[in-house]
Amino acid sequence: MSKGMNFLKTKILGRQIFVPIAALLILTIFNLLVDPSFFKITLGYNSTGDPVLSGYLITILDYGSELAILAIGMTLVTASCGGQDISVGAGIAIAGSVILRVLCGGNSRPEELQAPIIVAFLIACLVSMAFSAFNGVLVAYFRIQPMVATLILYTAGRSIAAWINNNELPVISDNTFTYFGGFIPGIPIPTPFFMAMLCVIAAALLLKFTNLGLYTQTVGINENSARLNGLNPQFIKFLSFVILGLCVAVAGLIKVSRLSSINYSVIAKDIEMDAILAVALGGNALSGGKFNMWASILGAYVIQYLTTTLYKMNVQSDALPAYKAVVVILLVVLSAPSVRAYLSKLGKRKSAVKKEVA
Amino acid sequence: MKKKSGVFSKATDTQILLFITIVVFFGMYIGAMIFQGAGFLKAQTFFNILNANAALIITSCGMSIVMITGGIDISIGGVVALVSMSCAVYLDRMDGNVPMAFALALLIGLAFGLVQGALVAYLDIQPFIITLAGMFFARGMTTIVNTEPFNVANEAFVALKNTRIIVPGFGSVNKKGVYVNAYVEIGVIVALVVVLLMFLLLRYAKFGRNLYAVGGNSQSALMLGINVRRTRFCSHLLCSFLAGLGGFVYFMHVGSGSASHATGMEMNAIASSIIGGTMLTGGVGNIIGTLFGVLSLSTIQNIVSSAGLDQAWWTGITTAAMLCLFLVVQSIIIARKKRQSAK
Repeated sequence: MSKGMNFLKTKILGRQIFVPIAALLILTIFNLLVDPSFFKITLGYNSTGDPVLSGYLITILDYGSELAILAIGMTLVTASCGGQDISVGAGIAIAGSVILRVLCGGNSRPEELQAPIIVAFLIACLVSMAFSAFNGVLVAYFRIQPMVATLILYTAGRSIAAWINNNELPVISDNTFTYFGGFIPGIPIPTPFFMAMLCVIAAALLLKFTNLGLYTQTVGINENSARLNGLNPQFIKFLSFVILGLCVAVAGLIKVSRLSSINYSVIAKDIEMDAILAVALGGNALSGGKFNMWASILGAYVIQYLTTTLYKMNVQSDALPAYKAVVVILLVVLSAPSVRAYLSKLGKRKSAVKKEVA
Repeated sequence: MKKKSGVFSKATDTQILLFITIVVFFGMYIGAMIFQGAGFLKAQTFFNILNANAALIITSCGMSIVMITGGIDISIGGVVALVSMSCAVYLDRMDGNVPMAFALALLIGLAFGLVQGALVAYLDIQPFIITLAGMFFARGMTTIVNTEPFNVANEAFVALKNTRIIVPGFGSVNKKGVYVNAYVEIGVIVALVVVLLMFLLLRYAKFGRNLYAVGGNSQSALMLGINVRRTRFCSHLLCSFLAGLGGFVYFMHVGSGSASHATGMEMNAIASSIIGGTMLTGGVGNIIGTLFGVLSLSTIQNIVSSAGLDQAWWTGITTAAMLCLFLVVQSIIIARKKRQSAK
C-alpha cells in the first residue's frame, strides 16, 4: 500500500508535467458537471463552403495556439534570466503592424497584396527579433531585471506599432491572407493549430540536437558556475530573447491574419499575463533554472481552456483578468518554497503517524 | 578632469543621481521656456502640471519606497482605477458621503497592501509576479464594479473637486486683460504633504533607515537585527496605502469612474522613481528625486504635446525613451562602483 503511494508520489506527482495535467483534469470534470455540451464538436461549412469543425474544444485548439507559440520562447527566457518578458503583447502589435505595412505598401485599402506574404512575414521576423534583441541587450549586458527592461517596450510598443502604419488601420481584402488565422480550404482543422505544432516540432528539434536546453538551464541555475565552465551566460540570455522574438513574430502573423486588420490598443492585450501563466502552470520555476518545455506548451492550452470556460459562463472579457489573477496567485503561493516545505512537512508527519499506528 | 572625477567619487550614488535629475528637469524646463515660450512662461502651466500629476506624485512616493527595499509594485495603476470606480459608484449610485468615500479609498489600498505584502514578505514570492496579478485583479474588479464610465454628480464631491487654492503672486494677465490668480487643486497640497512626510520618514525615522538597509543588503540587515520580512511587508503596505490615497486624489482631479483610468500609471511611477535616482537594485533613492522625476516626466510629455506631436503614441515613446536612458545611466553607475570596489 505504502509502496504504491510512494510510486504515485515519485512517478506521477513528482513529475513536472503533472501540474498542467491536473489542472486540465479539474477543468474537464468541472465542465462535464456543469454542461457536457461543452465537448460537442460539429462539422459545418463556412461562408465559402469549405468544411470546418466548430465547438469549444476547437476554439481552444485554435486560440490557444498563439499562446503555445509564445510559451516556447517565454520558457527559455524564464529559464535563462529568471524573469519574464512582459512586452510580448506589444511585440505582437509591432510584428502585426509590420506585416500589414509591407503587404499594403502604404496604401491602407489595397486591392491586391503589394508583396508576397512570406516576404512580409520574414521582414516582421527580423523587426521583431531586433526589438527582442534590444530587450536582450538590456537584460544580458546592462544587467537590468528582465521585467523592468521589457517594461520599456511594453510602454512604447503599441505606440511604435501605430507609428509604423501612420496610425491608419489597413485592411487586407486578399483571401489567402486569412488562411493563417482561419482555415485552409478543404482542411477542417484551424491553421493556427498546425502553425503551433510546427513551432513545437522546431523547438523539439532545437532542444534535441543542440545544447541550448542544457546551456539555458545551466545559466539559469548558476550564472557564475556557467561562466567558469566556459559558457557565455550573457550570450545565452541574449539568444533566448531573440528566440522569443521569433515566436512573437509567428504569433503576430496569426493575430493579424484572424482580423485581416489590426487594432493597436486591443491586439494581443494582456497576452503577456497568459504567457507567464502558461510557464508557471507548466510547473517551471519563475525564478529560472530547470524547465520543461512540453509542460509549458500544455500549460498554454490549459490557460486557453480556462479562458474559454470562463467565456462560456458569460464572464465579460474585461473582467476575465480578475479571475485569472486569482489563479495566478494560487499557483505562485502553492509553488512558493516555504509553502512547499510546509506541505511536505505536513505530509511527512501524516505518514509518521501512520507508521506509529502500524 | 582629474578634479571632476575626484568630486564625483566622493559623492554618493544618491547624490549623483539626484543631481542628474534636477539638472535634467531645470534644463528641460528652461529649454522649453526659451524654445516654446508662451505657455511655459506662465506660472499656471507649471501649476497645471502639478494639478494633473498630484496623484502620480503620491503613487510614485510609494513606488520609490518599495523600490528602495529592492521590490517593485506594478498594481498601483489598477488600484487607482479601482478606487476611482468604487468611489464613483459609492457617491453617485449609493448616495454616499465624501468622508466615507475617502475611507473606502484608503481601505481598498490597505487591502491590496496587506495581501501583496504578506505574499511577498512572508512567502518569498517575487514581488513582480504578485503585483502583476494584483494589477490584473484590480483592473478586472473595476469592470466588475461597473462597466460603463460615468461622471459623478454628487454635490459635496463636485464642490470639493472644484475647490481652487490660490497661490499668491503667481497670477498672470489673460487675453482679455484681466488678472487671473494662479491656483492649485487640493490634491497638490495632499501630494506635497505626502512628499514631506515620506522625506522625513526616509531620512530620520528608524523604519525609513531600515528600508535602505534591507534594500542595500538584506543579509547584513538581518544580521544587524532588522526584521527584514516585516520591513518588506510594511513597505508594500505603505505603497498600496499611498496608491489608495493617490487613487482618491486622482478621482478628485478627474471626477469620474472608468475602467481605463490611470492606464499605465504604474509605468509612469516606475519611470519617475528611476529618473529620480531610485535604483532598481534597491538601497538607493530618495523622495525629493522622485518629485523631480515626476516633474521631469510630465514636463517632457507637456513639451511633446505642445510641440504639435500630440498623437498619442509620442507620449508612450518619449516616456519609454527616458526610462531607457536613465536605466542605462544607472547600470553604468553600478558598473563604475563595482570597478572602484575591485580596486
